[in-house]
Amino acid sequence: MAKTGYYGEYGGAFLPEILIPTFKELEQEFARIKSDPGFWKEYVHTMSTYSCRPTPLTYAENLTKHFAGAQIYIKREDLNHTGAHKANNVIAQGLLVKKMGKRRVIAETGAGQHGVATATMAAKYGFECTIYMGEVDVLRQRPNVFWMEQLGAKVVAVKDGSRTLKDAMNAAFRDWAANMDSTHYVLGTASGPHPFPEMVSYFQSIIGQEAREQILKYAGKLPARVFACVGGGSNAMGLFGGFMDDPVELVGVEAGGKGLESGLHAARLASDQATVGVAQGYKTYFLQDDDGQMRETHSVSAGLDYVGVSPILAHLSETGRVRFAAATDTEVVEALKLCMRKEGLIPALESAHAFVQAFKEASELSRDECIIINQSGRGDKDIFTVADAIGDPQWEKFICNKAEEYKNA
Amino acid sequence: MLESYIRKQRENKKILLMTHIVLGYPDFETSLELARTMVAAGVDLMELQIPFSEPIADGPVILKANQEALKAGARLAQCQQVAQEITANLDIPFLYMSYYNILFKYGVDRFAEDAAAHGIKGMIVPDAPPEEAPEYVTALRERNLSPIQLFTPKTTDERMSYLAGNASGFIYCVARKGVTGQNTAFSSELDGYLDRCRQATDLPLALGFGVKDKDDIDFLRGKVDIAVLGSSAIRVLEDKGVEAVGDYISSLR
Ligand SMILES: Cc1ncc(COP(=O)(O)O)c(C=O)c1O
Repeated sequence: MAKTGYYGEYGGAFLPEILIPTFKELEQEFARIKSDPGFWKEYVHTMSTYSCRPTPLTYAENLTKHFAGAQIYIKREDLNHTGAHKANNVIAQGLLVKKMGKRRVIAETGAGQHGVATATMAAKYGFECTIYMGEVDVLRQRPNVFWMEQLGAKVVAVKDGSRTLKDAMNAAFRDWAANMDSTHYVLGTASGPHPFPEMVSYFQSIIGQEAREQILKYAGKLPARVFACVGGGSNAMGLFGGFMDDPVELVGVEAGGKGLESGLHAARLASDQATVGVAQGYKTYFLQDDDGQMRETHSVSAGLDYVGVSPILAHLSETGRVRFAAATDTEVVEALKLCMRKEGLIPALESAHAFVQAFKEASELSRDECIIINQSGRGDKDIFTVADAIGDPQWEKFICNKAEEYKNA
Repeated sequence: MLESYIRKQRENKKILLMTHIVLGYPDFETSLELARTMVAAGVDLMELQIPFSEPIADGPVILKANQEALKAGARLAQCQQVAQEITANLDIPFLYMSYYNILFKYGVDRFAEDAAAHGIKGMIVPDAPPEEAPEYVTALRERNLSPIQLFTPKTTDERMSYLAGNASGFIYCVARKGVTGQNTAFSSELDGYLDRCRQATDLPLALGFGVKDKDDIDFLRGKVDIAVLGSSAIRVLEDKGVEAVGDYISSLR
């Protein structure tokens, strides 16, 4: 019999002893709500009144013409409240926290999207909230830090290690080890120790369930391929979850950063540079050195440069059910520009990774086939990064003037 | 064997001291000197931590020591070599402390084999619970190394028995919730917990997390077999240097 919490050889719960009862409790609570149809109903109702669910599936007519191949559909997770799929997971965990009777939540965040979503949920449900964010990410995602603080959360800039997502996650585990009685850790992706990969995938499966129904209605058939970016893997697991048992090709796109040969990337399953390891409480593919020390990762998008990856995706990659690709920073900015000009849509830099690969493959397919791209989030949070990448002189002037104003004030 | 050594030492001492050093912090020469100084000051057992980039059970002091050691270029091979030198020259039992990935990447069996050959007596691996890493327990036991298990105030009686069944040498009782390096209020509240620990196993008990001064040691004398000093010794090292660590340890008894 397979051990619980394992997907092939990946997964598990490699936890310090102090956290084991907390995880046992979480596992039980999750099992309870999963078998309770009332919970899912309450969740869907909350998302349809507080967020924008069902999110639309948009037919990208101009991009379809441009590539002259498959019909391109875009699942609009950017239209969720707070601008990304992160809201799905967070609201569901919020409902769970209420049932568990805890009053404080903590979370890790990379791009800041999960932090903003958690801070929003905490405000809505009246929980105290602390968000851990790597110092590097605090610097490059300032607007999200601003919002988290305005929403009443305390943002802690984590100065350990590479000062990015994985270090924020470690800091959150340390907090939890001291405060588990009052606190729930709202882990933001389909990674980490069991039951998080399964739980987060389950909550995010709302994306795929809707997308399947919508594409059957609009296109009258299943898509040939679906594309999602992969940081920890939650938006990908969400979309893929709707098509797991269908003859649909599932494609996950990781951060190719400055190119796979440069070593500056976060391609764990799309490159042969990651190896199996155990860190952050679970077993999966990590970008690590021969001694087992985690390597630094790089991506233009803070939400994708995570050192590990969902154990479920590691397994699905091995069995061939999900195909993996990587998109470079440069390709991502080009895809974003094209998408803005052709469709008036502004995907997050994270999501734009999925667009890169879909654009590469659309013209291989015939016109009577269709594909779905998951637009996991909206791009306005990335304005500083995108403006830098594009090198817009007007924007630079505006920032300089604003800085002068602050200095003189 | 570790357990018989502890029992023997206890015939003359009311409480034993176990210290902790991070190999390669701030450099390997200092690690050697620290080990020597600590043994001269009367330490009975010592943990040699192999630095890891994600030490999730450790608080700020040890976390920083891990990261500084790695930044200074500490590699596993050097850690093993220095550990071997330490065990060859100093006459107390030494344990490895690290995280599971270090063993897993190297090969758990091979890691245990080398450790035994290098004179190590046991290991503390906080993220290797026996149900997830049974091969770790087996690999150590096959070589007469002790897999040290941890009890915490949150551990149920039932689980304490399970953990004790996967342990040898002694049990490491974590004094409180949280990670290493914060203060612990040593009060009568600990007594009930230590009673539960005692009920669950016949193995000697060590207590760590937040032990820092003579008062703490006095409090623990008669309650546990071993007091563990982690972050506090590193703080002394950072503030006052290696020699002061010797004085600090001598002052505790
Ligand atoms: C918009 C957006 N998409 C994708 C991701 C990547 O996360 P995941 O792989 O869990 O979906 C993030 C993470 O912050 C994000 O903000």
